[in-house]
Amino acid sequence: MVEWFGELGQFCMRVFQAAITPPYEFRELLRQCDSIGSKSLPLVALAGAAIGVVLSLQTRDSLVRFGAKSFLPAVVIFSIIKESGPIITGLVASGRVGAGIGAELGAMKVTEQIDAMEASAVDPHRYLAGTRVVACILMMPLLTVVADFSGIVMGWLFANLAEPISLRLFLETGLKGVRFSDYVPPVMKTMVFGLIIGLISSFEGMRTHGGTAGVGQSTTSAVVLSSLFVILADVVLVRAIQVIYG
Amino acid sequence: MAETAALPPIFIEGVKKSFGQQVVLDGVTFRVAKGETLAVLGRSGSGKSVLLRLMIGLQKPDAGSVRIDGQEIATLDSDSLVAIRKKMGFLFQQSALYDSLTVGENVAFPLARHTQLSAADCTLKARDLLKSVGMENELDKLPSDISGGMQKRVGLARALALDPEILLCDEPTAGLDPITASEIGRLIVDMQKQRQVTTIVVTHDLRGAKLFANRLMLINDGKTVAEGDYASFENNPDPFVSRFFEEAK
Repeated sequence: MVEWFGELGQFCMRVFQAAITPPYEFRELLRQCDSIGSKSLPLVALAGAAIGVVLSLQTRDSLVRFGAKSFLPAVVIFSIIKESGPIITGLVASGRVGAGIGAELGAMKVTEQIDAMEASAVDPHRYLAGTRVVACILMMPLLTVVADFSGIVMGWLFANLAEPISLRLFLETGLKGVRFSDYVPPVMKTMVFGLIIGLISSFEGMRTHGGTAGVGQSTTSAVVLSSLFVILADVVLVRAIQVIYG
Repeated sequence: MAETAALPPIFIEGVKKSFGQQVVLDGVTFRVAKGETLAVLGRSGSGKSVLLRLMIGLQKPDAGSVRIDGQEIATLDSDSLVAIRKKMGFLFQQSALYDSLTVGENVAFPLARHTQLSAADCTLKARDLLKSVGMENELDKLPSDISGGMQKRVGLARALALDPEILLCDEPTAGLDPITASEIGRLIVDMQKQRQVTTIVVTHDLRGAKLFANRLMLINDGKTVAEGDYASFENNPDPFVSRFFEEAK
């Protein structure tokens, strides 16, 4: 455990140093942004939509019981933008992106491609890990916006099916009390989720050993540990946002 | 400084390396002169590949000295290690081509990062290198779309991309049919003649070693048991050497 954290710390230092110093691998960064961002988009949109539907159905039921049905748009929108959207994006990305990075780098490690890169005097921490970590950090807020959007739209759709309400009225009612601190910090906190997913899955991938079984193990570790640390980070970040923005 | 200047490009002295309880190299010593080709022979698991990995700094020795161009590899900082690696080419046993890049991009990969060439010039040079190994028509294919022998050729082209002074080849003919193996062997000889590269080839292939090496070295149980030209191996009275020689023939 201590050894794992020690190795992770060293890895983070190397990746951080590689990411901020030239030469920069812009082409590979763009490729990773496409792979991590645009290719995760449908999954994140679908997960966001599902959360919107569930929130709309569940909260409507409870609010009707307490005679507060008119609060439905606000409850759905607040829930999605403050917590459900960011955390569901973090968890979906931990699964899809974490597994992808862990498996790809793991396979590269066991087939000596990472050694070949080092032998070619190219730093794999820069080319492989640095680009993936930065792409995760950049793409996570954008994916969160998509999850928020699809969640709100689907939340409205199911609210509308239960009792007709226009999208405009739904949004106006729901967004009335939304402040800067309700929307921007939760979206931005997903950059930390991106940092965690990128670092942990790259770290697990690049320390793979033991052939294809090792690749399977590092892929599993990448997903499990990324998800776990995203949830733990969320606890800390929610409290930090509350303290900073009141 | 005078000592450093007098050293050959590859200077290995008393190198030891263990993995847990398993001793892989136990005091191996040899030198390779400029332009010379040394074939390192030995049974599977005798530490031949580890020796190459120590030379390019992928692993560190437990004891002894690994000097490339007079510089102690194990103690170099990352910038100096990058500088020395630019002078070396490494052909991996399984070729280790980057599977997400095309054949052309694989060869252009080190060029794009270590030379001032434009992207178009990198592609041109990659095409030339691939032509020299008979692979110029496979530029846009992925490594998974070409055979093992072709991958070895591409790996050789990539290893030569930065015009290295030292070439390390790990089992370049392993797993190939005899015809392809001898083609790869001939390619190494041609490259060696054209470029005067100091070369170490780790191999089981005695016939190939006779073709491309000036000198042979046989390792067993982590120690050098014989060193010399092909003829001296033929007449070596050591039981292990004569058995290895007979079986390999």
